[in-house]
Amino acid sequence: MGDHDLRQPPEANRFIGRSVKRLEDPPLLAGRARFVGDLNFPGQLHARIVRSPVAHGAIVEVDTQAAQALPGVVAVWAGDDLQHLPPIPFRATAIKGLTPYCQPAVARGMVRYVGEPVAVVIAEDPYIAEDAADLVMIDIDEHEPYLDAACEPASFAPSLSCEPTVIEKGYGDVDEAFSTAFAVVELELKTGRHSAVPMETRGLLARYDTARDVLELHGAAKRPHWNRDQLADLFKLSPASIELYENSVGGGFGVRGELYPEDLILCHAALVLKRPVKWIEDRREHLMATNHSREQTHRIHAAVDQKGRIAALDETLFHDQGAYVRTHGARVADMTIGLLLGPYRVPAYRAKAHYRLTNKTPAATYRAPGRFEGTFVRERLVEAIAVRLSLDPMEVRRVNLIASSEMPYERNLSALETDVVLDSGDYAGLIEKSLAFSGWDELRREAERRRAQGESVGVGFGLFVEKSGLGPSELVEMRVEADGSVTVVTGAASLGQGMETAIAQICAETLGVDYRRVRVLHGDTNRIAFGFGAHASRVSVMTGEATRRASEIVRTKALEFAAELLQRHVNQLEIVGGVVQDGKEGPSVTLADLARQLHPASPARGDREPGLSASAWFHNKHMNYPYGAHIAQVRIDQATGHVAVERYAITYDVGRAINPAMIEGQIVGGLAQGLGGALFEEFLYDQSGQPLSVTLADYMMVGATEMPPVDVLILEDAPSPLNPLGIKGAGEGGVTAAGAAIASAVDDALQRPGLVDRLPVTPQYLRRRMQQYDEALGSLSGQGAP
Amino acid sequence: MKPAPFVLHSPKTVSEAVAHLADIGEDGLVLAGGQSLVPMMALRVAYPSDLVDINGIEELQNISVENEELAIGATVRHARFYDPVEPGPLGRLLTSIVHHIAHHPIRERGTFCGSLAHADPASEWCLVAATLGAKLVLVSQTGERIVEAGEFIDGAMSTTREPTELLAQARLPLLAPSARAGFYEFNRRAGDFALGMALAAYDDDDGLMRNVRVGLGGIEDRAARNSAAEAVLEGQRPTQSLFADAGRAAAESVDPMEDATTSAEYRRDLTAVCVERALAAAAASSSAQTSR
Repeated sequence: MGDHDLRQPPEANRFIGRSVKRLEDPPLLAGRARFVGDLNFPGQLHARIVRSPVAHGAIVEVDTQAAQALPGVVAVWAGDDLQHLPPIPFRATAIKGLTPYCQPAVARGMVRYVGEPVAVVIAEDPYIAEDAADLVMIDIDEHEPYLDAACEPASFAPSLSCEPTVIEKGYGDVDEAFSTAFAVVELELKTGRHSAVPMETRGLLARYDTARDVLELHGAAKRPHWNRDQLADLFKLSPASIELYENSVGGGFGVRGELYPEDLILCHAALVLKRPVKWIEDRREHLMATNHSREQTHRIHAAVDQKGRIAALDETLFHDQGAYVRTHGARVADMTIGLLLGPYRVPAYRAKAHYRLTNKTPAATYRAPGRFEGTFVRERLVEAIAVRLSLDPMEVRRVNLIASSEMPYERNLSALETDVVLDSGDYAGLIEKSLAFSGWDELRREAERRRAQGESVGVGFGLFVEKSGLGPSELVEMRVEADGSVTVVTGAASLGQGMETAIAQICAETLGVDYRRVRVLHGDTNRIAFGFGAHASRVSVMTGEATRRASEIVRTKALEFAAELLQRHVNQLEIVGGVVQDGKEGPSVTLADLARQLHPASPARGDREPGLSASAWFHNKHMNYPYGAHIAQVRIDQATGHVAVERYAITYDVGRAINPAMIEGQIVGGLAQGLGGALFEEFLYDQSGQPLSVTLADYMMVGATEMPPVDVLILEDAPSPLNPLGIKGAGEGGVTAAGAAIASAVDDALQRPGLVDRLPVTPQYLRRRMQQYDEALGSLSGQGAP
Repeated sequence: MKPAPFVLHSPKTVSEAVAHLADIGEDGLVLAGGQSLVPMMALRVAYPSDLVDINGIEELQNISVENEELAIGATVRHARFYDPVEPGPLGRLLTSIVHHIAHHPIRERGTFCGSLAHADPASEWCLVAATLGAKLVLVSQTGERIVEAGEFIDGAMSTTREPTELLAQARLPLLAPSARAGFYEFNRRAGDFALGMALAAYDDDDGLMRNVRVGLGGIEDRAARNSAAEAVLEGQRPTQSLFADAGRAAAESVDPMEDATTSAEYRRDLTAVCVERALAAAAASSSAQTSR
């Protein structure tokens, strides 16, 4: 039996592919969930971080005397007091030379961004902590800030430039392709500084349990085990004496659950003071202290033939990492160029990513990292090629697509430390389905009609390839309890995305129980030895497949034991609703009974291993690649420059949809963030490096009134061959092509091809850019050109 | 986001309130709806030593029409204007404007007079007060004085109120029954502070515009009438091209604010748009409705 010929489950066991209700919702809806802010321990203290008020400078003095004198203050530490704390580590990478650029937990000698921790106050309550923080006097000799990563790199420290590395990737003879090209199309494009703003800010509660000699850190998310191992290393403790606990998490999107300066500071404080210490990030801090993302300048050249077929791409990227290397190293710059090519066949490719440090908040991954940016660049380029050659952009897309018959398709590129091998996909089919689903031709006609009546209405298209299911491994431990319920333990994490429900559905269908009888436990490093967390759209794939495997083992154990008890052959039995039976009329035994009879003390057990349980690993060397399209319809008020998104459609092939309603939720939620990056959200700085976007009035997130109606089509045309269920992750595609589709729609609405050259498209930018575009056109026609 | 320590006073009458203000002096502030003040305290950009909470003073909660004026007490919330507070054009105008103020929860707490006292350049009520010539009643222990809105608003976040004075009431002259009034505001998201807005009102004198008032908000450092636009319109017939002329005249005459995120040039462009659209809204308004 091949991997894909999965047993068809009886109807009562069918849970995969159904939009069942989320198991996690009752406590959230009833206000019974527990976030880290809700958690308190007796005798706890509160930390307040004193942050640098300037972007770049040498610390002359940090005077903590007045703060220490305030009643209720327990400790005030500046950088010199915390010299022994190691810097923030980064994940294993082949890229060399990053170590000297890591961020100290608290600044020593230099400050390099506004918001960098300079001192910490620990006090009896959060009000006193904040009062005392105001009394810490910081004297800094200000230096010129370096704020534009596309400019020549400045100096980071003596003999260290602000460019820790230049990443190069590519293959084929690019120079030859350009020298023989029919045409060369070149663009310079920018994406703004943009990041995740989860409803719940970061928060930590560290406690050193002197009785057990264990350091507990509550408020973990995303990667609890990696963080535990790093903290063990940094504090020279056994991993067994550190426990990380996840609570309910109000959104992560990539930025939450990484090791930040605050994690080190809080652990240190709890160890030294031997009292619990709590820190809850406020919104202003969040916007200047939590990872930023996305700010890149791209210079891209395409060599094309007469039909618009790409012969080669040459890309130069300037990545604005902010002030320090943090947990992700140069990963976003690396994967931007590693995954830039999307669905297109590119015979020769050369990319160079300048990874540069500026005096801004450090950056890392944010939902669809590198792909939101890269998709904007790639789809802008395809449309520019079409304009240059007077072709239909859709036709240019089609002639460049990799065919489904070419799958799996090796890119000869790497990203996220793995080789990029497109596992499956019918890109041409997806385009046709997307056009039909969105009513593309009618949308185009309607926009044209309305433009003829004086409105500025346009439609745009963006095609994308995502990636998901990053390995390397995931472990699941499963047992049937004496009451017949099933416990699944995983080291993956939940950031609110519904993983408990999806995992329960896979377990329920495979084993033969109701999904509501499956309890998924996670977020406790003490409960399972290994875990790789929740990121990179990996949980459904990795934990999902490990769960399926464990469920199969438990099912086999149950059937074999039941066959003996019921005097039947295994093949005669099935498990339906937690009952092992020989048809509806025949003899049966419940999984609860079997679990009880497998108790170590049960005489019925015989020589069998105790427990109706199993553990299973799934190892995966390669990512898989879901893909889709965004279609946007916009209306522009030319007088103000305002872009209103009137309608939106997204198609997404996820291989196998476990819970379509949850996937649709992921897609629509992702789109709200994608539209933010396309039209509204941007972390701005003034010339002295002061952040201008430190409240939600200035950092403009998309709200209900800005969201258009969204139609979502989930497709299962190209299951992944890399796991038996064919699952591809669905967490990021709602974001990925939003910038590309909006740019395309804005060009169309204004009938100015190639107008949009940066994101976000703000009203002010749009007005200025239209003027510039028309002037350039005017001067061209003045010279007698087109 | 924890405010610095402060002393809270909760008077029950205006005389108690102004007695507190007199005692406290420079560092005290009046707490009405708190929708700007409380976040500013949480962000520690405002550090009042004392807050005089006037929410418990019943006499300040009233709204009434007296002597052809709408008298609005100091704790009258924005939400009171959801339905017209008087049957004439003014009541309808205020109802059309209130939906532009922030979001529903803020409108339930924030107050008309608090907006005036805070004097944000992008305050809708400051624009109404400056354009329609509100009179503001300031009460202190030593008595009462009445100030024109144009003299009260002294710049961005700045007024001529003395620290010992309470802005107890705002009086808006009613619009004539034949008046037409319109409002237009531009912001990037619903509920945001205006990047630009305009209010236009005139009396329809047999097809001619009389007593024209055009005000701008969010553009200059304070809400104010724009005499250049008014001069273009006064005594003329309302036409779209005249409205565009008025918009251009306003744009040429303003001194727009400039900050790191919004250029003066962009605000100047918006000025013309806002004036033209507010005038169009005024012309389209009828005795049945006044709207954006």
